[in-house]
Amino acid sequence: MLNNYQSSGYPLWSNGPTPGGFYNFTGGQQTHKLPSELVTEGPYGTKRNTSSITTGSSVLGIRFDEGVMIAADTLVSYGSLARYQDIHRVFKINNNIILGGSGDFADIQSIKRNIDQKMIEDQYYDDQITMKPKELSSWLTRVLYGRRSRMNPLYIDVVVGGVDKQGVPFLGNVDLRGRAYEDYVVATGFARHLALPLVRERKPADRDFTAQEASDLIRKCMEVLYYRDTRNMSKYTVGVCTTSNCLVEGPYNVNENWTFAANIKGY
Amino acid sequence: MFRNQYDSDVTVWSPQGRLHQVEYAMEAVKLGTATVGLKNKSHAVLVALCKPLSELSASQRKIIPIDDHLGISIAGITADARVLSKWLRSECLNYKHSYESIYPISRLITNLGNKMQTTTQRYDRRPFGVGLLVAGYDENGPHIYQVVPSANYINCKAMSIGSRSQSARTYLERHLSSFNDCTTDEIICHGINAIRGSLSNDELITKTENLSQLNITIAIVGENYNKFTILTDEETNKYLEMANNSNSLDDQRKPTEVVGTSGSDDDPKPGPSDSDPQVAVGTME
Amino acid sequence: MNKFEQFPDYQVPGVQHHDFSPYESNGGSIVAIAGEDFAVIAADTRLSSGYNIHTRTQNKLFKLSENSVLGSTGCWSDTLSLTGLLKVRMQMYEHTHLKVMSTDALAQMLSITMYNRRFFPYYVSNILAGVDKDGKGVVYSYDPIGHCERATYRAGGTAGPLLQPVLDNQIGYKNQNLSQDELPKLSIDRAVAVAFDTFISAAERDIYTGDSVIINIITKDEIKSQELPLRKD
Repeated sequence: MLNNYQSSGYPLWSNGPTPGGFYNFTGGQQTHKLPSELVTEGPYGTKRNTSSITTGSSVLGIRFDEGVMIAADTLVSYGSLARYQDIHRVFKINNNIILGGSGDFADIQSIKRNIDQKMIEDQYYDDQITMKPKELSSWLTRVLYGRRSRMNPLYIDVVVGGVDKQGVPFLGNVDLRGRAYEDYVVATGFARHLALPLVRERKPADRDFTAQEASDLIRKCMEVLYYRDTRNMSKYTVGVCTTSNCLVEGPYNVNENWTFAANIKGY
Repeated sequence: MFRNQYDSDVTVWSPQGRLHQVEYAMEAVKLGTATVGLKNKSHAVLVALCKPLSELSASQRKIIPIDDHLGISIAGITADARVLSKWLRSECLNYKHSYESIYPISRLITNLGNKMQTTTQRYDRRPFGVGLLVAGYDENGPHIYQVVPSANYINCKAMSIGSRSQSARTYLERHLSSFNDCTTDEIICHGINAIRGSLSNDELITKTENLSQLNITIAIVGENYNKFTILTDEETNKYLEMANNSNSLDDQRKPTEVVGTSGSDDDPKPGPSDSDPQVAVGTME
Repeated sequence: MNKFEQFPDYQVPGVQHHDFSPYESNGGSIVAIAGEDFAVIAADTRLSSGYNIHTRTQNKLFKLSENSVLGSTGCWSDTLSLTGLLKVRMQMYEHTHLKVMSTDALAQMLSITMYNRRFFPYYVSNILAGVDKDGKGVVYSYDPIGHCERATYRAGGTAGPLLQPVLDNQIGYKNQNLSQDELPKLSIDRAVAVAFDTFISAAERDIYTGDSVIINIITKDEIKSQELPLRKD
């Protein structure tokens, strides 16, 4: 027992292999490992949950001639349960950026806290330089790509919109893998199937949307989404960002019309 | 060389409230050849005098590009400048990679100042023995910053550092009001004329006659995607020619008149009077 | 050891279980053709996943220097990450060596950058086109783990297998019993026309290729860009 060095609790030396141990030295083929925060088991062998729990559904963004609009309903679901019904999912980030988040709401809140901290940093430099929507979108790409590469993604799909210093509008989407693109219309969740075609159909080939057209389209799309997406509800907020103002409006209600319900027969 | 008993370590104060080691580091800047930075509404320009260290060697690189939107010009210990420029470059690259946009000059310099400050407050470090003139262009327009070994940084309209730079500063002060509305050609010529003042008298005579011997480097950065570029020899010669012509029209001092002003700056020995941080020429409010 | 699975009571209700895959195919095709003193590279502008079209205007050609253009398709997030890294490393090269990277140096760097991720690859199909130091047109093609091959013409991306045989015939004159000196000299106009035509045909059969095609014509003096609409369905 006295000769058993391993029972003493102190290793003979640090930073090296211990006699009698098994080791995988470098040079061998290393299979991809999950990050330790995911594989470390808790008491009773519990593991950290990495999939989404409370989720927000669609976000829809439309770019118009002098700004952008982003809309999302106020529901955050817990599976099929309509759990939280008055949560704003469109945020004003600063005077030139609005952001709409869908996917796991905890992850949205987490990334939002990070972004807010960056906005505070912008302010304490006190140099009239603020983050631009394109910069935020690029930063999100790096963060989300980094997380997906560590196999520990943030389960979110966000829409970033705003105007830059020259007043040029920007609208883009970043997903949980860090895939990013920009376009005049961007949608996540069911809006990708339901709202995107509606907006594309009405896009004049030779010009951008006007603010009025964008706003009408948002209203129409949120109505369609409410009728067809089971994880949607009738209340929604709209973020509008132009050079002159940047704010989140609402909540609004969709024009519900159930008179046709009486005519539906057969079940 | 030792001034008194309070200068053996950066962390030791003198009873007068001075850090002598930091002040000595400031002297290193005056050993380097002169360099001038100035700007107009749209562009920032650096002009540097690069004398070869010896007859046998090539001349020192005085202007170091950092990123597409900024570069630095150095005076002092070149090796220290290399460390700083490496850091600046990696900061700019990181920023560009994350945000796909350029690092705002003021923030970069603030962070550089913070990095340099740590060396003035630790017994196991020494201050950087190099002065920088930073020329850059960002969304707020062109900028000239001076950074000194004491980790102070100053936003300038125009500035000159290095040996005999006082006469260049005198030139800049005299013409300061005209800079803002200058064309880019004119602002480069002002830079050349300013740096001419930092030449010793005999150099001034020979090199005014023979332009190509005036060994200078010019760099420019500015609006309309004008990236930070170091001018080629042909372009430099073109501007030297141009500056020489404007020089003769201007109220320039003749080479012989320079003696009085440049003589005082000639002495590299640190005297108590000029050991204070150099006050910027026309700093921004 | 007690496992979580042994305690079904602790399962959280309402949890959506995902098997996370870090990869996604976002579609797109590239065609590159090298001539004697030029190179052309073309890519479509559709960005999709599954039956969704995210955008119809995504340029997949990355101008890396004054004489080289990279076309990159596959997993779009990997493309963004890879090109971001390339731009950083090119600037570092420029600072240390005081010159812009040549197309050949770039080709080699792209290869090692990709191979660095041998065991977690960038899921991308890359084709690099440009002119080399002598002004000669070059095309390099890659597999996802960094195998690099110099070619005179290459098709890649989702419609790559569809387009390569067309190029073999139209650019390579394969199996046409022509002797070496009979081969017609490739002109810029013909290279551009063939590249456009291949995309028009690819859009007929590949749902991931369409909307429009952007072509870059690289000569030692400049890079010109042209765009041609494709079918949008």
